[in-house]
Amino acid sequence: MVLKLPPGIKLEKEDDKIMTLNVGPQHPGSGHMRIIVKIDGDYIVSCDPDPGYVHRGEEKMAEYRNYITNIPHLERPVIHDSCNILYPYCLGVEEILGIEVPERAKYVRVIASELNRCVYTLYWLAIYGIFLGHSTMFMWPAGDRELLIDLLEKLSGARVTHAYFVPGGVRNDMPANFEDVCLRQINYFEKRIKQYDSIFYSNPILKSRTINTGVLGKKDAIRLGSTGSVLRASGVDFDIRKKEPYDVYDNLDFQTNVLKSGDSYARSKLPWLDMLESCRIIRNALEKIPKSGSVRVKLKPNPKAGNVETYKRVESGRGSLGMHIISNGKPEPYRVKISVGSFRNLICLPYLLKGEKLGNMPSVYWSLNYWPVEADR
Amino acid sequence: MNANIPNKVKTDIDGDKDNEIEKHDVDLPELEKDIANKLTDKFDTKIKVIFIKKNRIKVDTNKNNILEIAKFINQNLKFDHVESVSGVDYPDQNEIEVVYHLGSYDPSISNQILALSTRTIRETTPHPGFDRTRLPSLRDIFYSVEFHERECFEMLGVYFENHPDNRRLLLPEDWADLPPLRKDFKIKGR
Repeated sequence: MVLKLPPGIKLEKEDDKIMTLNVGPQHPGSGHMRIIVKIDGDYIVSCDPDPGYVHRGEEKMAEYRNYITNIPHLERPVIHDSCNILYPYCLGVEEILGIEVPERAKYVRVIASELNRCVYTLYWLAIYGIFLGHSTMFMWPAGDRELLIDLLEKLSGARVTHAYFVPGGVRNDMPANFEDVCLRQINYFEKRIKQYDSIFYSNPILKSRTINTGVLGKKDAIRLGSTGSVLRASGVDFDIRKKEPYDVYDNLDFQTNVLKSGDSYARSKLPWLDMLESCRIIRNALEKIPKSGSVRVKLKPNPKAGNVETYKRVESGRGSLGMHIISNGKPEPYRVKISVGSFRNLICLPYLLKGEKLGNMPSVYWSLNYWPVEADR
Repeated sequence: MNANIPNKVKTDIDGDKDNEIEKHDVDLPELEKDIANKLTDKFDTKIKVIFIKKNRIKVDTNKNNILEIAKFINQNLKFDHVESVSGVDYPDQNEIEVVYHLGSYDPSISNQILALSTRTIRETTPHPGFDRTRLPSLRDIFYSVEFHERECFEMLGVYFENHPDNRRLLLPEDWADLPPLRKDFKIKGR
């Protein structure tokens, strides 16, 4: 009997050594995306990432709403880092409307965005830990994250989706005793995350699974246009907070972390080093913040800009996050393009997985600091 | 040397049209002007400088010259990666604009973004991949453009010639409607 197949479909030959494997989109190990890997025995021959399962058309929706009503839905791609994704939008709208933000609001924004960066990094670290089979590393960051979520709740009123940044400043001022509570929590938090070094980063099993796997050299990191922790783990000193400071980052005292090895271990360690640096930034900002003053410039209803365009970028938890806003004189933006770090780092995945063992796939994939929902927008 | 670009320009941000904000002269930043001058010296009329702001330059060019200009930008001006590729639909002018935001990891110009834009014909009844809405792909020059151009193809129907992989990326495989970021694709209920 000859099996008749529909056109375009081929059976794999029996003696084919290459096997095709679908990882995801339902499998929790891949997030909301599918990775099609071709394997020869235990080694990956090629890999084809297939995102798009959580595409929500944020860019199209932004064309139908005015500059203020765009705020709550534009933070949806990455709710754990919602302050940082609204940051370039607010900076861009302020530029095209010609608004100057009050000094106190700039400091409040920096504090909120650094707290949010830590919240995101802890969530990511918890996932990274559990997919390498280290369940303590899932429990600890998930617990410590609550501290910072409580702080952000005090600040904005919401635990996760804050919608706290608005063009012209922030939605509301800090509560009365926030500075003291924040300082106390941050000091405890810093002491706490320093312990991650002994339980996670010095763990010999973690080291054996991540050191020298998925090595991305400096030249390739630049050629592939990677960004954020992936880039800095490969030895390129590039942080937008330093290179193109926005708001008050040029007044604050912090440094950029750079690691040279470019393997999964460096990529997993760098966000943790960034969190320690974030604690420094928050303490410094709490010292320098003006004690009183307005935090928001009220806009007129339905503000309109002229025929202008702008491209603003900030350093988010996953790297450079840019927004290209085009206005044509109407209350709604003509086009909003969101360029996110996750989408830009995705191109590294086929490159890094080629020739790697299948068992190393989770450690390489999650070390890219990839957030599928953000990449799909 | 500085023949093409004057030292002073009028600010183009006029904010609200109801309140006449006073327009005043601003000094153009030196580094940005220098980069723009290098481009205009080399390409003369093939290139049009749209604006020069702090850390941002936008230049417009014809699609026939874009490969040559991109190669020059990559090799001589040290821009080494692409930050974003935005496609913008202009149905009134019957054109689709594609803007490449090029960035650099070289410490001397790492705060700069050079926006390189080009335009192509827009078909009223699109047939993505088979109609005249085409542009040359920059993938051989800027490798990082690969996924961005795939996204632009499915969202606006701009086919990139010589791109190795023009499959769908974010949309479902059986998407048969208009490319969704075109202006004539309307969200239901709006």
